[in-house]
Amino acid sequence: MVIGLGHYLFVAAVLFTLGILGIFLNRKNVIVILMCVELMLLAVNINLVAFSVFQGNVVGQVFAMLVLTVAAAEAAIGLAILVVYFRNRGSIEVEDINAMKG
Amino acid sequence: MILQALAFYVFAFVVMASAAMVVVSRNPVYSVLFLILAFFNAAALFVLIGAEFIAMILIIVYVGAVAVLFLFVVMMLDINLTELREGFLKYLPVGALIGLVLLAEILLGLGVIGSTPSSLGALGKAGPQVLAIDNTRAIGRVLYTQYFYLFQVAGLVLLVAMIGAIVLTLRTRPGVRRQRISEQLYRPKGDAVTVVKVPTRGGV
Repeated sequence: MVIGLGHYLFVAAVLFTLGILGIFLNRKNVIVILMCVELMLLAVNINLVAFSVFQGNVVGQVFAMLVLTVAAAEAAIGLAILVVYFRNRGSIEVEDINAMKG
Repeated sequence: MILQALAFYVFAFVVMASAAMVVVSRNPVYSVLFLILAFFNAAALFVLIGAEFIAMILIIVYVGAVAVLFLFVVMMLDINLTELREGFLKYLPVGALIGLVLLAEILLGLGVIGSTPSSLGALGKAGPQVLAIDNTRAIGRVLYTQYFYLFQVAGLVLLVAMIGAIVLTLRTRPGVRRQRISEQLYRPKGDAVTVVKVPTRGGV
């Protein structure tokens, strides 16, 4: 019963898939979509740290820290955009975000 | 060893279950709380594998900053909870299909790589490698020498994010009277005081 690299990679794969699933399911709620992006970044971090530890190379953990930084910045900017959007439109549904006709 | 394996299974199960609850939970506040639970258990997984520093940073950054930010935004926005759930069942089949296909592909890829004796399989059997120095010291030695510019750029990213968030959400409401101290201080004497020559016995 030795916990190997494969166990951690499996957990990360399931987390990443759940993040993707959440983006598909919650089409009305941008906040939950942002949370799902955070879940996917957590899965990436688990992969980086697991590889780093099992290889004995600490660089992977440094990169996990940088991913963490970018995740925090992304959450701050995303939520700020969300607040401004809600102030202007009074709704956070994905289908309503069509002002730019993209 | 058996205790470690048991702890891994418990933490991994709670991580996956709470991630699922983030997705399917009806109330966004519950989603945020389950997200915090998932982060805590992921940090426990990192501690199990011997990456303590990243685990603590994960708790500080995610639970202390990001999740609280989410919680504030969820509570401040006045959203209709029943409207938000519409379309959940409509997108469930295609979402579940794509998720299952993606998970199968990832696991298949892991299996293919793991079957070759050189790379992943040998790595997985070797077990976590114990460094001669502790985790935090090892990260510091690499981070502040080899990746020093990357570290600075990370700080710059955070600065830009902070400025961007402030610029986006700051609003100046019209019609608000505020004290403008510099204008008060730099007002010339002629605007404030007038000298009136009062005639004797006449009054002003």
